[in-house]
Amino acid sequence: MRFVVLILAQALIFNHINFMGSVNPYPYILFIVLFPANNNRTLFIFLSFMLGLFVDLFSDSGGVHAAACVTIAFARPPILKFAFGMIYEHQNIKFNNTEFGNRVIYFLIIIIIHHLILFSLEVFNMSNILLVLKKTLFSSIFTLILCILISVLFSNKQR
Amino acid sequence: MQQIINFVIRNKTFLLFLLLFSVSIALTIQSHSYHRSKFINSANFFTGGIYESANNVTSYFDLKTQNEILVEENKTLRAQLLNGLDSTETLSSIIDSTTYNGRYKIESAKIINNNYSATKNYLTINKGEKNGLKEDIAVITSKGIVGIIDNTSNGYARVLSILNTKSRINAQLKSSNHIGSLIWNGKSSEIVQLTDISKFAPVKQGDTIVTGGQSSIFPQGIPIGIVDNFVLDIGGDTYTVDVKLFNDMTNLSHVYIIENLDAREIQQLESLIDE
Repeated sequence: MRFVVLILAQALIFNHINFMGSVNPYPYILFIVLFPANNNRTLFIFLSFMLGLFVDLFSDSGGVHAAACVTIAFARPPILKFAFGMIYEHQNIKFNNTEFGNRVIYFLIIIIIHHLILFSLEVFNMSNILLVLKKTLFSSIFTLILCILISVLFSNKQR
Repeated sequence: MQQIINFVIRNKTFLLFLLLFSVSIALTIQSHSYHRSKFINSANFFTGGIYESANNVTSYFDLKTQNEILVEENKTLRAQLLNGLDSTETLSSIIDSTTYNGRYKIESAKIINNNYSATKNYLTINKGEKNGLKEDIAVITSKGIVGIIDNTSNGYARVLSILNTKSRINAQLKSSNHIGSLIWNGKSSEIVQLTDISKFAPVKQGDTIVTGGQSSIFPQGIPIGIVDNFVLDIGGDTYTVDVKLFNDMTNLSHVYIIENLDAREIQQLESLIDE
């Protein structure tokens, strides 16, 4: 359910924000970020791939989003461990119950990795590395703010 | 054998990651070559349908501006009609060529998805193969060029925008016949670059750039933009010109599709010369 809603929201709304000319947020990765931590990893990576592929379909970008999504899905456990420390060891994180600071760090790391891969593959040109970094920086800030807003809004509803 | 199977089972997440990652990289690389991105594109039945229904709602929001653009165009056309077709005016060359010898077929379409923030931008329009569209057909608006159709499905077509680093369009100065190719460096959605203009060309700021007659896709003389800035290349032989587009690529709705009916004949002839 969240899968479909996030893809449609990304394709129809967030791809067309174009803040200050070209800054777009990519909050669809919330699906990967908030996926239950103790689930089957193979399924998780595969779902992330499908998520990226669908966003690619809508935005005509080859396999750029899919590659970025698969990478963050694969790299998630170490990041979880880093951001939440001991709690992760118990294997049952509820994202609503974690500390806000930890959650921001966790979001930030995932978003930066995702955007860096996304934009370097999209530009696909080493000589434009500055353009890649600039895009990564601005979009990351935008995505981070949106992700936190969305997750706060919707987590309250579920309680 | 046992060990190999054990190894696969132990590392199955990593192997799956590697597999899916290489699939997506392959798709990315494939999408870089023109005409080969068949599989992942927004002109298929599924995504085209969703974009169309979304566009049915959102198109009401800018009806007013689009109406103004249409009225503006009608005004220009009417002025040309009353002043007796002055062939040096912009746009008239398109009309001339259709009435003279019917070399071009014109079709109208609506943009249902527009991207301009990435470095490889595409648009989706609501006409496709059932309206007789094929690859390599020009798409323009009343103000200037938009791009070239690069992929079609039954009801939709994908347009390679001029704001795409893969795009390459033959263009020339309006005042002289010096030609160059129009590319985009991915930085601003208002400025494209015209390269390979000979250093003997009389380039001035404010000059108009139009499409050149050398391509079989665009008719000659469709407006593109005006010269914003120009520098001599490092080699010193050619100019690179920054062209400010007439079109506001961020606000497009109604477009015209121009099919050159002689395109195939011209291409056949040119391929004969190559051999």
